[in-house]
Amino acid sequence: MRLASRVKKVPPSGIRKFFDIVEQMEDVISLGVGEPDFVTPWHIREACIYAIEQGYTMYTSNYGLLELREEISEYIKRNFKVEYNPENEILVTVGVSEGLDLGIRALVDIGDEVIIHEPSYVAYKPCVIFSEGKVMTLETKPEEEFRITPEELEKKITPKTKILIMNYPNNPTGATMEKKHLEEIADIVVEHDLFVISDEIYAKLTYNGKHVSFASLNGMKERTLLLNGFSKAFAMTGFRIGYACANKELIEAMMKIHQYSMLCASIASQKAAIEALKHGEKEVKSMVEQYNQRRRFIVKRLNEIGLECFEPKGAFYAFPSIKITKLSSEEFSERLLKEEKVAVVPGNAFGKCGEGFIRCSYANSIENIDEALQRIERFVNKNG
Amino acid sequence: MEEELLKILERDARISKSKIAEMLGVTEEEVKKKIKEFEEKGIIRKYKTVINWEKFGKEKVYALIDVKVTPQRDKGYDSVAERIMRFPEVKNLYLVSGLYDLSVLVQGDSMKEVASFVAEKLAPLEQVQSTTTHFLLKIYKEEGDILVEKEKNKRLAITP
Repeated sequence: MRLASRVKKVPPSGIRKFFDIVEQMEDVISLGVGEPDFVTPWHIREACIYAIEQGYTMYTSNYGLLELREEISEYIKRNFKVEYNPENEILVTVGVSEGLDLGIRALVDIGDEVIIHEPSYVAYKPCVIFSEGKVMTLETKPEEEFRITPEELEKKITPKTKILIMNYPNNPTGATMEKKHLEEIADIVVEHDLFVISDEIYAKLTYNGKHVSFASLNGMKERTLLLNGFSKAFAMTGFRIGYACANKELIEAMMKIHQYSMLCASIASQKAAIEALKHGEKEVKSMVEQYNQRRRFIVKRLNEIGLECFEPKGAFYAFPSIKITKLSSEEFSERLLKEEKVAVVPGNAFGKCGEGFIRCSYANSIENIDEALQRIERFVNKNG
Repeated sequence: MEEELLKILERDARISKSKIAEMLGVTEEEVKKKIKEFEEKGIIRKYKTVINWEKFGKEKVYALIDVKVTPQRDKGYDSVAERIMRFPEVKNLYLVSGLYDLSVLVQGDSMKEVASFVAEKLAPLEQVQSTTTHFLLKIYKEEGDILVEKEKNKRLAITP
């Protein structure tokens, strides 16, 4: 057997190694988890159980249940001020992950250049490589609050540039982008005739202000593939349910791939998602409030410990610098795990420029975060 | 900030003031001042512990008693309620709509003790017309806390 070369080109996940060590240890406090610590609100789980009891165990339309698409359309209009036709501009996907894969496969031809800002979520680059596109990395910096700046973006653009992948609120930095900064990017997008894939899965987890969807900017709806889902805001990661919104032409193209691969998202998850959109607002608010409390707590404590941390305004990650310890991200993470039993993710797992940082998820109880920070403090004092 | 502060304390009454301050992004002094104010105003009533007595090995007996009463001129249900609430056996007391008037939660060490409380103290009260006693067989949830084994963490330890 000979594996496809484009698959071999993608290195194995850098996180895997830590995962294997953690699995063999006891009493580890993990700040390395990229999903909510809350269990899905009960009314959503209950609606899902009820749907299965009622016999909803079949395929749905490739696009997803129309009722769900209508709810999604309403939800996006209400929250992010951009309108999509539920009939043909929304596709229900198996998480944002599938939406991302479909979007890239529908848009990227061999050799097309795709700009990806880093540090960023680990899936963007491999997906582009699987489509034989060319990844152009744009490094973002804490001094600029991990924003994409127009200057840096211009530098990466060539005649072959086709797509910009954006992810704000950002995993792993927690950075967000304000409207005025997004507008600067939009101008460049128009000037160079680019298309944007905007992964806004953390949109609801925005603190101190409201999330601005890139698609809601003047003229951007036609140039944006908006990806979002239920995993983070509604604590529904395991349901694997998300949605893609774009112009009719792109959604149809993505649906073509989707119908021959995934066919449709699980009907039980779609039913749960309908319940989430209809009655989930109160629970979301309560979870966001608690994330925000933990965010303030972890950022203040990290800075006190001496791990300088830019203030994250979204998602549930803090991304402190570990430069005072003079250790590399991997050394720091591995030794912290072995010596103090705290798991974090080394920043370089999210791109080269993540070196010198670690990602600490605060999707954990205040008690656990507190205990983890005491251990980190001990570790830093030993190595400072 | 005030509502958030109360919610934090409702979840965990023993959390330190400095931690609350950090969680809310205010100073510890402000938190102290607010808590004192809430205590003085009676918004914070008291700090108690939710105990699973059954697990400790000392079972308490609870009964929910539906009480029909004759309201009194000028005072309605308040004067009879006041008489009932003063008994230490009475844990909760509510005026309710529907088939009866007062709902009383009584706690005792044995069924006999609860039964004699009803027969000797509650039922003989002048305004009480009738009582219906329901002994509690199992407590699943109390004060918003589920009294069965806590759910274990099922998340993978590290995910991107």
